[in-house]
Amino acid sequence: MTVSVPDPATAGDPATAARQRWMRVLAKAMPGELAAACAALGQMPRAAFVRPPETGLALLRGRIGGRGAPFNFGEATVTRCVVRLEGDAAGPMGFGYVMGRDKNRAEQAAMLDALLQRGNEGAARQIDKLEAAQAARIAAQAARAATSKVDFFTLVRE
Amino acid sequence: MRAMEAGFADPVSDAQAAFRAVLDAMARPGRLAHFAAPAEVPPGLGRAAAALALTLVDMDTAVWLGPACAPAADWLRFHCSARLAASPAAARFAFATAGECPPLAQFDLGTNEYPDQSTTLVLEVPGLARGGALTLRGPGIETVEHVGIAGLPSGFWGQRDMLHELFPRGLDIVFVAGNTALALPRTTRVEG
Repeated sequence: MTVSVPDPATAGDPATAARQRWMRVLAKAMPGELAAACAALGQMPRAAFVRPPETGLALLRGRIGGRGAPFNFGEATVTRCVVRLEGDAAGPMGFGYVMGRDKNRAEQAAMLDALLQRGNEGAARQIDKLEAAQAARIAAQAARAATSKVDFFTLVRE
Repeated sequence: MRAMEAGFADPVSDAQAAFRAVLDAMARPGRLAHFAAPAEVPPGLGRAAAALALTLVDMDTAVWLGPACAPAADWLRFHCSARLAASPAAARFAFATAGECPPLAQFDLGTNEYPDQSTTLVLEVPGLARGGALTLRGPGIETVEHVGIAGLPSGFWGQRDMLHELFPRGLDIVFVAGNTALALPRTTRVEG
């Protein structure tokens, strides 16, 4: 359940939409998947922490009531990290936000974000792979749930 | 977004060390505090000023930046989640250089009920030294301390003296020069 507030300055911008896509994929990747994606890219460029990985709480809001009003329904542990690629002074900053307290994962997500902003094609292929794996997981779960579906078509009221 | 300078490498320990340093400086006016972290400094702030910002500023403290410090605005927002104040009077913390410091009475001097809510001014000066021409007296100083503060505009000490009669309202000032800082709480009297 996500509540996203589009920034009017960048809403609809293709570069923003592309980055939103890979940030979503990176945030939802399973722990091992990010490590595998980074390993597949081989030697990573040198990077410095702008914000070392840190763990904190994020407030979760959702429309969970019947009336649809926003409700603060809990908090989640989130680890975040910001890296800056070295080599060029204006190097992009990569941001990583992941659920849980795995600092390596947050760093890996931040590195991949920085590489993707540079237009790294290998990283883009890894994103496609991760997205396909996530879609497969969702489809498998939906299929499992579908086996327990009950049809109420016989209970039509007279 | 422009590539940003890093904050504290070890946020907890570095902020605690910087807090202790500025606390000692405030308790013992005339003694210099030294700051080794952060390793990278943003444009517009020296290392001591950057350390004070990372240690003391957060989303609950509005910050006013003088023109020379204004390039640090993005950095402050990123690392401190700070709000920028529109005027010196609305700021809990103000960062400025000595040459362009607004009249001291323009800052928030607190109220008689809550004198602690006054602005804390962090003023970047060209040089700080112990044993200079200024004589400090007051709480935290056994007899007298002598310091040198370079580059202050003429009339600065006159403006500060005018604030004494407002006590307990007033202005706490931290002078910073590169890696060093010297605190001058409102209770300290300056002669010379």
